[in-house]
Amino acid sequence: MTDEHEHYEAVVVGAGPGGAAAAAALARQGVETLVLERGVDAGSKNVSGGLIYAEESAPYTIDDLFPAIREEATERPIDEYLIHNIAGDKVKTFDLDRIHHHDTDWCDAVLRRRMDSWLAERVHELTRETGGGLLTEVRVNGLLREDGEIVGVTCDELDPIKADLIVAADGVNSELARDAGLMNWDEPEDWFQGVKAVVEMEPEVIDERFGLDGEPGAAHLFSGDLFEGVRGGGFLYTNTDSLSIGTVFHLDSLAAERAEPHELLNALLTHPLLDQWLQGEYEEREYSAKLVPDSKKVAHPSPHRGRLLLVGDAAGQMQAQGPIIKGMNHAVTAGGLAAEAYADAKTRGDPTKAGELYERKLNSEGVMDQLRPTRYRATRSIAESDVVTGVGSTLINSPVGALGMKALGGAAERAFNSPFLLGMVPDSSISYVEIPIRIAEVLGEPIEGEGDTIEPPKLADRIGDLTYDVGDPHIELLDDSYAASGTAVTACPVSAEGFGGGCYRDERVQTNGEEKHLVSLDTQPCIECGTCAVVADTDWDHPSGGKGVEYKQG
Amino acid sequence: MNTLVLTKGVPDFREGKVSFDEDGHLERGKTPTVMNPNDKVALQAALQEKVRHGGTVSLMSMGPPGYKEVLQEGMRDVYADDLYLLSDREMAAADTWATAMTVTTGIANMEETPDLIVAGFKTADGETGHTGPQTTWCHHMNDDLPDRSLLTHVVALDVDPEEGRLRAKRLVSGDVDEIETVETDLPAFVVMDPEFEPSYRKADHRLRYKDLREETKARAETFEDHLTVWNHEDLNLDPDFIGLDGSPTIVAGVDPIPKGPAEREATPVSPDDEEAMNEVLGEFTPFAGGD
Ligand SMILES: Cc1cc2nc3c(=O)[nH]c(=O)nc-3n(C[C@H](O)[C@H](O)[C@H](O)COP(=O)(O)OP(=O)(O)OC[C@H]3O[C@@H](n4cnc5c(N)ncnc54)[C@H](O)[C@@H]3O)c2cc1C
Ligand code: SF4
Repeated sequence: MTDEHEHYEAVVVGAGPGGAAAAAALARQGVETLVLERGVDAGSKNVSGGLIYAEESAPYTIDDLFPAIREEATERPIDEYLIHNIAGDKVKTFDLDRIHHHDTDWCDAVLRRRMDSWLAERVHELTRETGGGLLTEVRVNGLLREDGEIVGVTCDELDPIKADLIVAADGVNSELARDAGLMNWDEPEDWFQGVKAVVEMEPEVIDERFGLDGEPGAAHLFSGDLFEGVRGGGFLYTNTDSLSIGTVFHLDSLAAERAEPHELLNALLTHPLLDQWLQGEYEEREYSAKLVPDSKKVAHPSPHRGRLLLVGDAAGQMQAQGPIIKGMNHAVTAGGLAAEAYADAKTRGDPTKAGELYERKLNSEGVMDQLRPTRYRATRSIAESDVVTGVGSTLINSPVGALGMKALGGAAERAFNSPFLLGMVPDSSISYVEIPIRIAEVLGEPIEGEGDTIEPPKLADRIGDLTYDVGDPHIELLDDSYAASGTAVTACPVSAEGFGGGCYRDERVQTNGEEKHLVSLDTQPCIECGTCAVVADTDWDHPSGGKGVEYKQG
Repeated sequence: MNTLVLTKGVPDFREGKVSFDEDGHLERGKTPTVMNPNDKVALQAALQEKVRHGGTVSLMSMGPPGYKEVLQEGMRDVYADDLYLLSDREMAAADTWATAMTVTTGIANMEETPDLIVAGFKTADGETGHTGPQTTWCHHMNDDLPDRSLLTHVVALDVDPEEGRLRAKRLVSGDVDEIETVETDLPAFVVMDPEFEPSYRKADHRLRYKDLREETKARAETFEDHLTVWNHEDLNLDPDFIGLDGSPTIVAGVDPIPKGPAEREATPVSPDDEEAMNEVLGEFTPFAGGD
């Protein structure tokens, strides 16, 4: 080497499922691999709802790469899968068994701190043998370039590092994808926002209240009129000694409705339908939130530039298959394919071809078609147009629609179970709100609430439980006018209108007899969900390595 | 590059661990002994140099047999390849001079003379800050040992093993704190400032650090396999020159530090009580200008 920069054959940024898979697959090929993770521990920054799928058709699954994962790092297999369509005090439950098991080898509930931290230990062992290894508390802050070419990464904590291959597996709001000009954070409609609570519950109590018998657990989804018309839904998954309960909403809808994410989560938690499981008892272990990319819109068709390959959420590879959320499995597949592409390119004597080969593999393995179904693209412009939404809405709510719904009955349940139909579900309120409501109204049974509804913690207490040192402010408000950045006051999951303890506050300031409506920002309580990078005018970065929120559950 | 770190056990002054009797005297019997916290800083510095340049880190202490656990603590919490304990009755109640004498002889007895000796800044219970400098002085008087340059208040350091040089930054306190950059030949004796923090800016160094931390934790489980204990006979030391008999320091008296008066008046006010809150604000108003 002629300059003094350190060099590794491959640098993987991020130790989520995508980074772990890429690193393990690279190490197996004997590639000297360095993994850089910004959290104090892998998983300390990560949130998911919690169902990891191993798809039969996938070229790489997590247990291919980490055979002991199910015994050592997941919570429990999920066998039962139901969706509850809710309208007022009526509910119609559909069994989603078919879609859940479609192309599914297995599916387990997971908590990310436990899983990712376990994966990271394995990854360190594997990569250390190649001369690399895994380091935590290192934040990569950009790409190292020479003569305009990407040649490595720059970090807050380390001197610049050169590499022949750079895998950006740094998740949603990937700073590397942004730096390379491959992703932008401009459009709220490209993202979902997920918010989640991990709730304490004894294993025997879980089994009793969910009618389970030891191992396999249950998944419940919720849609209908419980979320004030915001497009999205809720979920509840059983873990070993806790429940994961959360919500996922389209960010554009959340922003337009000025909805408060923590209140929407509370609407689910306090819904009478949940009384049967919570029975008035509620001990929240953790409150968390994160953006989720919508692959239908943002999965990058060509996720590479020079030596840089994007993997997982960083490349927008997060599939919402109707109500089923599949991100972790695709990140694993992409990580495996990226490693394979690099090894192939090397064998062909030209490692710089890795990106091209990776793109080709994503297509030939059918991954791209899952992420961006052609059907959706073909039907989207019509199905999401206002005219169609209007007509559809009138129809669904008309007596004719009700008759149709009754006649359909079982057919509606079958439609929910069709991967083909789910691939083209339009992102309009019809599919997310009105159909489920109408199903419940027409076909539903009364909900027998027990009347002992729980009381969720106050936002201030939720923030208080997530105490951490965020270091220097990592988000800068570029335009502090309410018009430009005011949406963040409601959309930020740790801020709220009229609440002074969060990140964003709105303020009215008198200057020269004129009143200005402004927004102020305090990054200390930030849980790094990424929402304000999209809905407000900010210069948005992650905090330095080891700083900021530390999730214990995730 | 061989580095030796000197350490001492001190009472664990942390809340909940330390015991005082009615007169405010420390009850040593009831208070657990731990490694002097500043010596961990010294060990961190030694580990940093091992990570960067290889070599060994030895940890040495003089004290009662119970100090074995202090050495184990250093090995487990920071790092050590091997441990040395200088221990017997004759060495007890030594002042800094007798300690320096004994330690210097211990160093002369080591198989390889360390290139670098590192000590922490003052102990948590004695606070003289003399042992380091006096050990260097004893080196001058010991024909078996090379002379050592002494650097104190070191906040950053790096050795160049090929050149046999040591570069360091010292915190010089005065009217204003200044950082002085100095260079000297090895072997040297360095006293670390508590402000020192190890710095690892290379991925390779952090990976090696991680390996070494795992290794040392495993080694600490069976630390006695890596421990050498020497008494005065092993070191061929004359009892008249060590321990209490060899200590010229006379403690003229010990004055307890008077406790500061802690009297405060507090009036609980409910935030809902508007009148009372206004009164509180009224009390604050005169100070609002920043006076
Ligand atoms: C509420 C919610 C529910 C979800 N439910 C599911 C579900 O049930 N099933 C499913 O499959 N998916 C689900 N997802 C999506 C899933 O979590 C993601 O798709 C998945 O985690 C993506 O994996 P990844 O490896 O690409 O990124 P991540 O898991 O986000 O990992 C990225 C890693 O990179 C690190 N990092 C980021 N920036 C840097 C930097 N600059 N330097 C160093 N390190 C960095 C992060 O700390 C992190 O460890 C859900 C998401 C949310 C928010
Ligand atoms: S400040 Fe921004 S990134 Fe942080 S929690 Fe709020 S919306 Fe999320």
